[in-house]
Amino acid sequence: MKVGIVSYGACVPRYRITPEEIGKVWGADGKAVGKGLMINCKSIPAPDEDTITISVEAARNMMKRCDVSPKDIGALYVGSESHPYAVKPTGTIVAEAIEAAPHLTVADFEFACKAGTAAIQTCMGLVGSGMVKYGVAIGADTSQGAPGDALEYSASAGGAAFLIGSEKIIATLDRTYSYTTDTPDFWRREGQIYPRHGGRFTGEPAYFKHVLNGGRGLMERTGTTAKDYTYAVFHQPNGKFPTRVAKQLGFSDTQIKAGLLAPLIGNTYSGAVPLGLAAILDEAKPGDRIFAVAYGSGAGSDAFAMTVTDEIDSYARDRAPTVKEIISNVKFLDYATYAKFRGMIVLGRE
Amino acid sequence: MATAPRFWRENPSRYNLVGIKCNSCGRHFFPPRSICPVCHRKSVGKIERVKLKGEGKIFSWTEVQEGPEELSSNRPYIYAMVEMEDGLRFTGQVIDCEPADLQIGTPVRAVLRKLSEEGPSGVIHYGYKFVLRKEKSP
Ligand SMILES: [Zn+2]
Repeated sequence: MKVGIVSYGACVPRYRITPEEIGKVWGADGKAVGKGLMINCKSIPAPDEDTITISVEAARNMMKRCDVSPKDIGALYVGSESHPYAVKPTGTIVAEAIEAAPHLTVADFEFACKAGTAAIQTCMGLVGSGMVKYGVAIGADTSQGAPGDALEYSASAGGAAFLIGSEKIIATLDRTYSYTTDTPDFWRREGQIYPRHGGRFTGEPAYFKHVLNGGRGLMERTGTTAKDYTYAVFHQPNGKFPTRVAKQLGFSDTQIKAGLLAPLIGNTYSGAVPLGLAAILDEAKPGDRIFAVAYGSGAGSDAFAMTVTDEIDSYARDRAPTVKEIISNVKFLDYATYAKFRGMIVLGRE
Repeated sequence: MATAPRFWRENPSRYNLVGIKCNSCGRHFFPPRSICPVCHRKSVGKIERVKLKGEGKIFSWTEVQEGPEELSSNRPYIYAMVEMEDGLRFTGQVIDCEPADLQIGTPVRAVLRKLSEEGPSGVIHYGYKFVLRKEKSP
């Protein structure tokens, strides 16, 4: 049975802040930091947005583009490291908000920034085995870096949702491969507000090692090379890492252009590869092949090989906004408003 | 006192704009009720739960400077009456836009956002607010 993406939808909050504005507060040359990271600005959730509202908006956009009955959804998984509740699944509210409840299985996934792609893999298995007709996989986050920390320049918000099924597939999920080790590059202990990271340790032994091994492992198993793909998307904690890793795997700037959103919206964590993939599907044509590698600290990578089908020509893409359209509604904030929006100001009330 | 149970019962209507249609007079009502306020006894057994489309136009709006505590970090914000396609009028916040973007008749659609929360350890309440609806050029 062929399993693949039947529909998809995205959501990115409207507010933005520049590295320059963040640097001003901490006495740093933010402009230079942004240039080094290849981040022009990052998205910020409004005070009434969280991983649940972003997941719901993305999932509703996904449902608008297809004629699948929500009652045929047998599984829904939300991958995030910023679930609003520590106990009480994000997915319960998302399932209710797209009218998929109550006859389905729901769970929240966690694997740093690759929880959303882990959800795609789980749905592939459930659909492929015939256990469910359709599965929904969502990757979404409203991530925070500690004030003044290097992560504050990049940690942002956004997410995308994918309907996985076996009928009317717009892109087949041809193969997936994961690479996982015990690597303490980035973590957050239970009860702590902000994550911590191993500084320079987050680069070579963490991101690059896992993305390269995930990517090469998938190429070996599919007998493909970078030349076989039209598009490639990689986890993007900034603009620099995915650009470098793409080159190391043999991909050109043209292949990664459509899916590289970090320069415009920052690091959306679990939303990063899902949003990049959504932006690629916004413009993909039948026969295009897509290569995707997500990375999650801790650490592991999920690699996917996909092929866009003829079905995409009759797919109602225009019933929901494209990623480009979504990220064109922008309002820049100063640091004080950003701090208020993110709850970084201690209020006098109880 | 916890209001979680009351909110929970209203979740289908606040998440998905589920209202009722009276099949005696054809009118829509929101939030759902058990009998039609126009037809009264004639509507018994003729009330149908329906999902409203969630799309409408600005009927009237204002910019609120002093609002309830839970919206203090959003001030000033836009509050509007929205004329829905189903003939109903809703009131709610209009978000992700500036006052200059709004006119009487501007198309909007409902989205799910956080309405309030019962403190940092309590339940979070979600419900509808409105955003501008871009009319796609054919
Ligand atoms: Zn009536």
